[in-house]
Amino acid sequence: MENQKTGSPLSQRPDSFGRFGRFGGKYVPETLMFALTELEAAFHSLASDEDFQRELSGILRDYVGRESPLYFAERLTEHYRRGTGEGPQVYLKREDLNHTGAHKINNAVGQALLAKRLGKKRVIAETGAGQHGVATATVCARFGLECVVYMGAQDMERQALNVFRMRLLGAEVRAVHSGTATLKDATSEAIRDWVTNVETTHYILGSVAGPHPYPMMVREFHAVIGKETRKQALEKWGGKPDVLVACVGGGSNAMGLFHEFVDDDDVRLIGVEAAGLGLETGKHAATLTKGEVGVLHGAMSYLLQDDDGQIIEPHSISAGLDYPGVGPEHSFLKDVGRAEYYSVTDEDALEAFKRLSRLEGIIPALETSHALAYLEKLCPTLPNGTKVVVNCSGRGDKDVQTVLKYLKD
Amino acid sequence: MAIALKSACFLQLKKPEVNFQGFLPSKRAIVSVKRYTPVAAIKTMETVGLSETFTRLKKQGKVAFIPYITAGDPDLSTTAEALKVLDSCGSDIIELGVPYSDPLADGPVIQAAATRSLAKGTNFDAIISMLKEVVPQLSCPIALFTYYNPILKRGTERFMSTIRDCGVHGLVVPDVPLEETKTLRMEAKNNGIELVLLTTPTTPTNRMKAIVDASEGFVYLVSSVGVTGARASVSDKVQTLLQEIKEATTKPVAVGFGISKPEHVKQVAGWGADGVIVGSAMVKLLGEANSPQEGLKELENLTNSLKSALP
Repeated sequence: MENQKTGSPLSQRPDSFGRFGRFGGKYVPETLMFALTELEAAFHSLASDEDFQRELSGILRDYVGRESPLYFAERLTEHYRRGTGEGPQVYLKREDLNHTGAHKINNAVGQALLAKRLGKKRVIAETGAGQHGVATATVCARFGLECVVYMGAQDMERQALNVFRMRLLGAEVRAVHSGTATLKDATSEAIRDWVTNVETTHYILGSVAGPHPYPMMVREFHAVIGKETRKQALEKWGGKPDVLVACVGGGSNAMGLFHEFVDDDDVRLIGVEAAGLGLETGKHAATLTKGEVGVLHGAMSYLLQDDDGQIIEPHSISAGLDYPGVGPEHSFLKDVGRAEYYSVTDEDALEAFKRLSRLEGIIPALETSHALAYLEKLCPTLPNGTKVVVNCSGRGDKDVQTVLKYLKD
Repeated sequence: MAIALKSACFLQLKKPEVNFQGFLPSKRAIVSVKRYTPVAAIKTMETVGLSETFTRLKKQGKVAFIPYITAGDPDLSTTAEALKVLDSCGSDIIELGVPYSDPLADGPVIQAAATRSLAKGTNFDAIISMLKEVVPQLSCPIALFTYYNPILKRGTERFMSTIRDCGVHGLVVPDVPLEETKTLRMEAKNNGIELVLLTTPTTPTNRMKAIVDASEGFVYLVSSVGVTGARASVSDKVQTLLQEIKEATTKPVAVGFGISKPEHVKQVAGWGADGVIVGSAMVKLLGEANSPQEGLKELENLTNSLKSALP
């Protein structure tokens, strides 16, 4: 698929200013500008550095456990079979089987190696659900780096198990009480730490959000998901997937799966956001569906804001989707019509959480459950034999307490 | 004339009450502003912009004193009073912070002030209404300090004309680095607003040169690597940075972030700064005082002690 104005493939973005169309860029305090330039240069030089690439792929194989399987979900497929015996075939890209239980480790490993090359011994990260925090704490333990994770105080309560994990791995978890004490505030606090300690510290940002080069860099470290999917699809059925489905908070697992296929016009890309208690209630995190363009955490993108340009607190049962912004490339893919974005409620996600557990013996993360929930609407509309790949981005062990509480209430 | 009169402070809290109920969009708390009649009455000189203010001070061998406060903390009527107190105590420019939900460049003191202010229902229209009332009573220019998203939401063009119409002279946007300032600079220029850019200890020399070239009003030198907030001392590096900037430009340079005590302002002035910016120390006094009156009194005391440390 080509952009009509420039004729360049959609996947060849961002430009040198970190722009995806009008989205992206670098909206940060001047203190960080040099570090971002340095990071971008290091990333580009390592992209063609064979030693670095060899080290990275070795760790992804032996430590992370890649490649992750492309699993045919037989009973889920059966569930969507119509009365006529027809229906789509559903596959799961098993990122939940990675070390630490989610896709987040792909990026954490890449950036930790990058930090080492930059000579930075201290690493900071933000985390919502705790998956990115656990992944970062893990790679810091593995590479001997000091690690500080910022986490909203409310999220620390919701994700107590992950807080314990991070501490066990030797990380310091700092509670953030400002704002609503969730992911947005943890991200702001991590950026403030970086502004203060930029000379000694690398910030492992956990999504395809933030200032350039993060959206590009994080996408590239996750692009392995889509590359493996292409190869595995070819092996399994000799073709490409027809539809890719992934949940979108900041959007890293979705970009990781989509990027490889952005220029394949015949592959539908579907991102699923959190509709929380319902779009009409205002208590949701459906940034692309309901947001307006603005600047948050260093990038121009869609975001949830009020009439005065103040950021609105999102709501989702899933801490990992509870973010008022979204990666700039998703905003771009939405605007040019390349990807489709929908939303599902907390309740729909809980049903999908239970469904996958019972039908496939796989307990998915609540984030992932949003992507799975959309299958209920999508599958009845698809022609017989359509190959659907859902990014099974994380496992749900961390969420069982939340779900237990919710089902009791 | 206004300059001579500014040597004395007028802290007399009484006088007629004007309330802002009319401009407030909705159910918000009623904000009242007690006027300083004397100051209002004696203002005879047209307020000049930021760069002209520096030119005037330079001729007198003086260093600009630039306090910062957050609008709406503890409430907008106190902000209105504080602007008058700061002006009558001899501030040369006042930076007024527009509260924002996610202030990335601010430390805990200003973050907390913004959170309190927003929780009270402060919004941009109410701040503008307050300024329309108060600016004509001030002899020093006002520079707004705001994050980018509230500007974008309003539309850059509309934002600039709105602040121009209420008499604001300058603008500081801490999360927009040079590369992204094109539209802001153009719209600021069209409306006679001076857009102040920031340079920092991590800014490479070539980049600093491009920033000081593009900066209007003055050059804002961030004294330390970090967010806003008082620090025990000012880094010696500021002296070197000031020299480098002075070699690159004739524009005035003001130093901010971490400056809170008389010895800091004295030191920075001695190193050749044309102005000093004091924020968190001021905001803390207003935010932590037992009453607005007490906060204003402490603000006056701090201003006087900082002013007296400057040439």
